[in-house]
Amino acid sequence: MTAETKANPFAAIFFRDLKLAFRHRSEIANPLLFFLMVATLVPLGVSPESQLLSVLAPGMIWVMALLASLLSTETLFLSDYRDGSLEQLVICPQPLWQVVLAKVCAHWLVTGLPLTLFSPLLGLMLSLPAAGFMPMLASLALGTATLSMIGSVGAALTVAIPRGGLLLSLIVMPLYMPVLIFGASAVQQAVDGFSAVGTLAILGALFAFSCMVTPFATAGALRVSLHG
Amino acid sequence: MNSTPLVECRDIAFERDDVPLFSGVNLRLLAGKAIQVTGANGAGKTTFMRILATSLAPSWGEILWRGQPLVRQLQDYRSNLLYIGHSPAVKAALSPRENLRWFFRLAPSREQLSSVVIDSTLARVGLDGYGDVPCHTLSAGQLRRVALARLYLSSARLWILDEPFTSIDVEGVGNLERLMAEHLAAGGGLLMTSHQQLRLENIDILDLEAFAGGCSQEPSPPHHDRFQHGQRQSAGFQGAHDR
Repeated sequence: MTAETKANPFAAIFFRDLKLAFRHRSEIANPLLFFLMVATLVPLGVSPESQLLSVLAPGMIWVMALLASLLSTETLFLSDYRDGSLEQLVICPQPLWQVVLAKVCAHWLVTGLPLTLFSPLLGLMLSLPAAGFMPMLASLALGTATLSMIGSVGAALTVAIPRGGLLLSLIVMPLYMPVLIFGASAVQQAVDGFSAVGTLAILGALFAFSCMVTPFATAGALRVSLHG
Repeated sequence: MNSTPLVECRDIAFERDDVPLFSGVNLRLLAGKAIQVTGANGAGKTTFMRILATSLAPSWGEILWRGQPLVRQLQDYRSNLLYIGHSPAVKAALSPRENLRWFFRLAPSREQLSSVVIDSTLARVGLDGYGDVPCHTLSAGQLRRVALARLYLSSARLWILDEPFTSIDVEGVGNLERLMAEHLAAGGGLLMTSHQQLRLENIDILDLEAFAGGCSQEPSPPHHDRFQHGQRQSAGFQGAHDR
């Protein structure tokens, strides 16, 4: 049991959140189901014609991924807030931004990553041209991670507000826009026969920037929320 | 005994939406002593506990830890602190055993956490045989017992407990009081709120109602007014403390 005594809090929080996520499997499944359902409905509602669908696919998949990610963001701190664990996390000796980072990493692993891994299936359903698949996977992996980071700030600000979901959307939507624009255009560029590397690099830069800034912003927001 | 108090509060005031809740609270907690914070509902007991647990910042005043301002040694203070608030902070989806492991990882503890230690701790809080059931199947009192099991494992010198006896039965309260006495005898400090009369030696009472701010004042007094008001009130408390 020596590993236990030396366990670092980052790993402890990370693995606890993963374990909790697997105990609440329906919460992981919800955004994924939403993602799949919309993809099924688009051909029915718009047109099953593959030519038209392939034009829509890059933007469509990205918009759905963004909304699915938004759906799951609200739960990031909510259960910890309700049962008092959040207060314990805030007063633990570990710096709060590290706690936040651990939680966001675990959250991305159970929400953003499954979305990314499911996206080729959606690509097939919406007849995305073959050239778009790899850029789609790459842009979604980077993009959903950025969305989780940005979303954590909104989730922290609204955690103490009853039914704060709407407010959360209003806060994070404008910040999601650059990610959506560059993410969708990376796929579009690849489909049009250009290299998507430049746009993916911009997405990477957005991700790096959000990694540096949002854990601190989220930590501050959590303190403000607990003050209420 | 070392005469530097473990924790000292100077002129703590707290206001919410410009309405002062309490002001001028002074407190000196020596090692081996306990202070019970009392007051009517809404007097600000929980708020005061959260301020001392560093989860809330006071609007006014200073907290000292072993004679030094808290801001300079926050991490040291937090790693010597065990705070159990109103909500037990027990994860409903995890079992008591998993919750204890989690608490253990979050804060430094007295001994290595083997499954034997967990079992004996669970037995001591009367949860023998409940180690592996999910916590959402437990009763309110059992949930609180899971949270209180942290006290048995903790190596923290300062315990801050907000209504620890809520939904705990008579026997459980007796066990807790014995544990608290051990903690105090080992040189720890204890700050707690409770509406019950505690059977502990070395316990002082701090009545928060004596510091209620704004009862006889305008809703939003200027800062220096409140400061003086607090000074005056705290003189009264110091007398009670020396009994």
